[in-house]
Amino acid sequence: MADALLQINNLSKRFGGVIASDDITLALPAGELHAIIGPNGAGKTTLIGELTGEITPDSGEIHFDGRDITDLPVWRRSALGLARSFQITSLFPDFTVLDNVALAVQARSGHSFRFWRDACVDPELRDPARAALERVGLAARADVPVANLSHGEHRQLEIAMALATQPRLLLLDEPMAGMGPDESARMVRTLRDLKQEFTILLVEHDMEAVFALADRITVLVYGRVLATGAPAAIRGDEEVRKAYLGAADEVAHHG
Amino acid sequence: MSGYLTPRNIVVALLLLFLTLLPVYAAYTGNVFLMTLFTRIIILAIAATSLNLILGYGGMVSFGHAVYLGVGGYAVGILAHERFISGFLQWPVAIVVSALLALGVGALSLRTRGVYFIMITLAFSQMIYYVAVALDRYGGDDGLTISRRSQFADLLNLGNRTQFYYLCLVLLLATIYFCWRIVNAPFGMVIQGARSNDRRMQAIGFPTFRYRLTCFVIAGGICGLAGALLANHTGFISPAMMHWTRSGDLIVMVVLGGMASIFGPLIGAVTLLVLEEVLPLLIRLLALPFAGEPLASRAAEYWQIVLGPLFLLVVLFARGGINGLLESLRRG
Repeated sequence: MADALLQINNLSKRFGGVIASDDITLALPAGELHAIIGPNGAGKTTLIGELTGEITPDSGEIHFDGRDITDLPVWRRSALGLARSFQITSLFPDFTVLDNVALAVQARSGHSFRFWRDACVDPELRDPARAALERVGLAARADVPVANLSHGEHRQLEIAMALATQPRLLLLDEPMAGMGPDESARMVRTLRDLKQEFTILLVEHDMEAVFALADRITVLVYGRVLATGAPAAIRGDEEVRKAYLGAADEVAHHG
Repeated sequence: MSGYLTPRNIVVALLLLFLTLLPVYAAYTGNVFLMTLFTRIIILAIAATSLNLILGYGGMVSFGHAVYLGVGGYAVGILAHERFISGFLQWPVAIVVSALLALGVGALSLRTRGVYFIMITLAFSQMIYYVAVALDRYGGDDGLTISRRSQFADLLNLGNRTQFYYLCLVLLLATIYFCWRIVNAPFGMVIQGARSNDRRMQAIGFPTFRYRLTCFVIAGGICGLAGALLANHTGFISPAMMHWTRSGDLIVMVVLGGMASIFGPLIGAVTLLVLEEVLPLLIRLLALPFAGEPLASRAAEYWQIVLGPLFLLVVLFARGGINGLLESLRRG
C-alpha cells in the first residue's frame, strides 16, 4: 500500500531473549482508526516506542507519508506530525493546564530561540491552546494547575497536548487506562470526534471502546501480528479467541 | 496595588535600595571595607545569577561553573600582561572565550544526566584549573598581579572605587533583567520544560539538546563577564578563582537564595558572603565573656560550624531557599 499514511515493514526488536516486535508489517491508510490489542507483554508499548523514535528497532522500516522515518530522532518525527499521548502526563505539574498545552503549540510554531517575548501572554500560543482544550472538553479547567486535575482530566489534557502539535497521526497509548465508566464514555465521545479528522493508532485494553471505535484491529501476541481485520472479523477469529479474548478477564484487572 | 507589597518584594526592594545607596554612605564615613565587600558580592551575584539559569531553570547541575569566572579573569589578566589593556577588547574576549568553553563542555556533558553530568562538568573545570596552574608565563600556581585595570578611554575609570561599584551594580541589574526576560520567553519555556520532562518535550517536537546547550553557553558567557569584573576588582588572578570549591560556593548561593527565582541568587550571594564576614565576629563576641581572648578568637575561626547547619536547615525546610521562605510568608 503505497498510499498509506503509516507503513511499517518487517519491524523487529529483541530485548535479550525476549522478542518484543517480531516481523511486524502494518499499514494505516489516512483517516483510519486502527486499534492494537493484545495481552500484556505483547509488545504494544514497544511498537509505540519504535514509531515515536524512543526505541530503535533491530531491523525493518517505518514510513510516514511516504518518507522513511526509521532513523529520525523523536522531536523530528513529532515535527512531521506524529503525535503521541503518554500514560503519565504533564510537563509542569505546578503550571496551569493552559500553560502546558501552550507549550505544545509552541513546539509547532517554528523554532523557540525567542528570548524576549513573554510566552505567557502571547495570543499566538494561547489561542490555539484554548482551542485544543475546547476540543477535549477541558476548557473550563484551563487555569487550574495540572497537579489539581483528576486522573480522567489528565488523560484529556494528554490528548489536548497531542492535538496542539497539529498532528497528522495520533498515537494514543491506553488513553482510557484507569478511567471510571463516565470518564471512559466521555473519552469515547472525544475519540469519535477526533476520528473524523485524524488518523489514529490506538493501543487500548478497554475492549468495549476498541470494538466501538476501531475501523480495523490488529491483534499482537508475543510481538507478532496474529490477525488484522475489521472488528467483526476479529471477534469471530478462532485463533484470536484462543490467544487473547479468552483471557480478557485477566487483562481487565490491569485496565 | 497591594499585590506587589509581598514580603519577598519588600525585601528585594530594600536590598536594591541599600545597594544603590551604599557608596553614598561609604563616601560619607570613608568605609572602604564595605565598598570592597559589596563590590565582590555584586560580582559573585552576577555569577550566581548566570548559574541559576542552568541550575535553577534548566535543572543542569553544573559543578564547574567557577571555571568561567576563572577563564574570564584570565582573559583580562593575560591580555593585560601582554599589554592589551583596553576593556573594549578584554571584556568581549572574556565573554566569548567563556562562552566557547561552555559550548565545548556543554556539547559533551549535556549528553549525560544526573551524577554523570555533575562529574563531567567538575572534571572539565579541574582540567582548566590545572591548565592555569601550568601557565608559568602567567604566574602558574601563584597567580598574576594585574597592574593596570581595564581601560575604557574617557568613559569610565575603573580605578575609581565608586565608578567601578556602580558599573558592577548596573551589570548585575542588566543580568537579572536579561535572565527574567529569557526565562519567561518561549526559549525559557523550553528550558524549563526540559528540566521538568525532557522526554515529553522531545515527544511534542522540541530538539531540547540545542536549547539546553544555548542556555549553557549564555550562562558561561555571563559568568565570564563576572570573571572579568572580579579580576579588575582584586587586581589579581590565580587558579584559585576556578577551584571546584568556588563552584560549590556558587551552588550554595543559588540554593540558599532560591533556585529558579529571579532574585534568589542575589539574595543568596548577599546572605552567604555577609555571613562569612559577620559570623566570626559574632562568635567571638558571644564567646568572649565565657572564654577570654585567645580562646574566643580561636572559636571564631570555626564559623563554618554555624554556617553549615544554617544551610542544612534552609535546604531541608525551605525548598525554594530564602526566596521561597519569603514567598510562603505571604501565603501565611
